[in-house]
Amino acid sequence: MNTFNKLLRSIGASVLDFCSTIGRIVIFACSSISHIFRPPFYGKELFSQFMQIGFYSLPVVGLTALFTGAALALQIYSGGARFSAESVVPSIVAIGMVRELGPVLGGLMVAGRVSSSIAAELGTMRVTEQIDALVTLSTNPMKYLVAPRLLAATIAMPVLVAVGDTIGILGGYLVGTGRLGFNSNNYLKNTVDFMELGDVTSGLAKAAVFGFIIALMGCYHGYNSGRGAQGVGKATINAVVSASVMILAANYILTEAFF
Amino acid sequence: MIMVQNLHKRFTENTVLRGVNMQIEKGESMVIIGGSGTGKSVLLKCILGLEKPDNGKIFINGQDTTKLDRNLFLSSFGMLFQNAALFDSLTVWKNVAFRLLQGSNKMSEKQAKDIAVEKLRRVGLSPDVAEKYPAELSGGMQKRVGLARAIAANPGIIFFDEPTTGLDPIMSGVINELIREIVVEMGATAMTITHDMSSVRAIADKVIMLHDGLVQWSGVIGDLEKSQNPYLNQFLNGNAEGPIEAVR
Ligand SMILES: Nc1ncnc2c1ncn2[C@@H]1O[C@H](COP(=O)(O)OP(=O)(O)OP(=O)(O)O)[C@@H](O)[C@H]1O
Ligand SMILES: [Mg+2]
Repeated sequence: MNTFNKLLRSIGASVLDFCSTIGRIVIFACSSISHIFRPPFYGKELFSQFMQIGFYSLPVVGLTALFTGAALALQIYSGGARFSAESVVPSIVAIGMVRELGPVLGGLMVAGRVSSSIAAELGTMRVTEQIDALVTLSTNPMKYLVAPRLLAATIAMPVLVAVGDTIGILGGYLVGTGRLGFNSNNYLKNTVDFMELGDVTSGLAKAAVFGFIIALMGCYHGYNSGRGAQGVGKATINAVVSASVMILAANYILTEAFF
Repeated sequence: MIMVQNLHKRFTENTVLRGVNMQIEKGESMVIIGGSGTGKSVLLKCILGLEKPDNGKIFINGQDTTKLDRNLFLSSFGMLFQNAALFDSLTVWKNVAFRLLQGSNKMSEKQAKDIAVEKLRRVGLSPDVAEKYPAELSGGMQKRVGLARAIAANPGIIFFDEPTTGLDPIMSGVINELIREIVVEMGATAMTITHDMSSVRAIADKVIMLHDGLVQWSGVIGDLEKSQNPYLNQFLNGNAEGPIEAVR
């Protein structure tokens, strides 16, 4: 009885803990969104975050997309050959990249790179009292630190994913024409002909949501980091893990919505 | 004028402040002394609103700080943090000029930089350090940059958390003189935490001693030596034996 009680109690405690964390994240998100729209605005910060999050993530996202597109072409070819449908390779590579793999893999890669760096940076600022110092200098850290990162990531991710999609399709094209014997013109024609505008917009909308999630998780965990180096380390892990899981969950929900 | 009434603050099991009362008049220089870990830094942070007190009230010029406009309230403050808390992504001069470059009536970069360089000179740093990053400076230099940042916008109330810790004796003297100057010439109100007794004598009008979450002694600087308070005497003489236990 006693152990049963203990078990129930610990389950109850973790459920409550989970719920209150969700609540805190929602409040944090709402307050940071409201700060995005209210002055003062920090344009310089926004630009430098856009470069940090967007521009410097290009190599990671590009390489991921290139290899994924190339592997996808091979897989679809070997699957398609069973129904003598090898000709679908170009269109399925394109649709698969644009609707699903570009945003999801790009999102996960950027989550690893950006959520962690935001969490570590803000966590260090919290631990070394730099966030307190900002407050004493009449600067709202939500406006100066959080809002620019959220906005920059939400804008940068669709751009990154658009570039990634293109590179992924290029990867499929290189394998398709170089190794699988497709005619170059046919490949490109098939890529373009079967793609719909909705494929592209749904993928980019996903990317924007993922960008928001990435920055939100990085900022939330960094901003509320525990004390010391250990606190920052924990914040970084939590940021990456929660961002990745939330991206995958949000991906399913959004895919249902666009279905 | 700052008035603190019955201030309580605890962190989970650790009760730090258990009813602090104190008052400081405009243009006065108050020094807070007390053992390491007694909550001196926490007291300053509570007044600034960086930590939320569990109980008690804080008044600035007779107004309850929780009811004041926070921006207006903070614009009259300068704070030097114990570990400087410089922004490590910004150069030294941008740290010092940070407040001057924010807000609706911000200055041009050139103007702000001139002021920053002048403030750096006042804390004994040459203009060469202006373009460096905080990580490239020694601990004592970072402390002085933090001091320059705290005084850059000529605030009316300034808190210094151990301004001379980590400085050599000559530089300590320079900083003590600077704090005294700020109070006397600019009419600022200053609250300084220090462990350095020569600093206390150099800058204090009034002294309070914190121990065990309470103000154990307070008075004007002239009464410091005459006091019969056992806590204060043990502290001033640096005895291991006495009412304050060495292991806390
Ligand atoms: N954010 C915090 N979370 C938990 N405990 C804290 C926090 N800040 C301070 N404390 C605790 O409060 C107590 C007082 O800390 P404080 O920094 O005010 O000491 P202090 O008097 O300034 O000491 P020192 O002279 O060494 O700087 C310490 O026991 C410290 O562990
Ligand atoms: Mg302290």
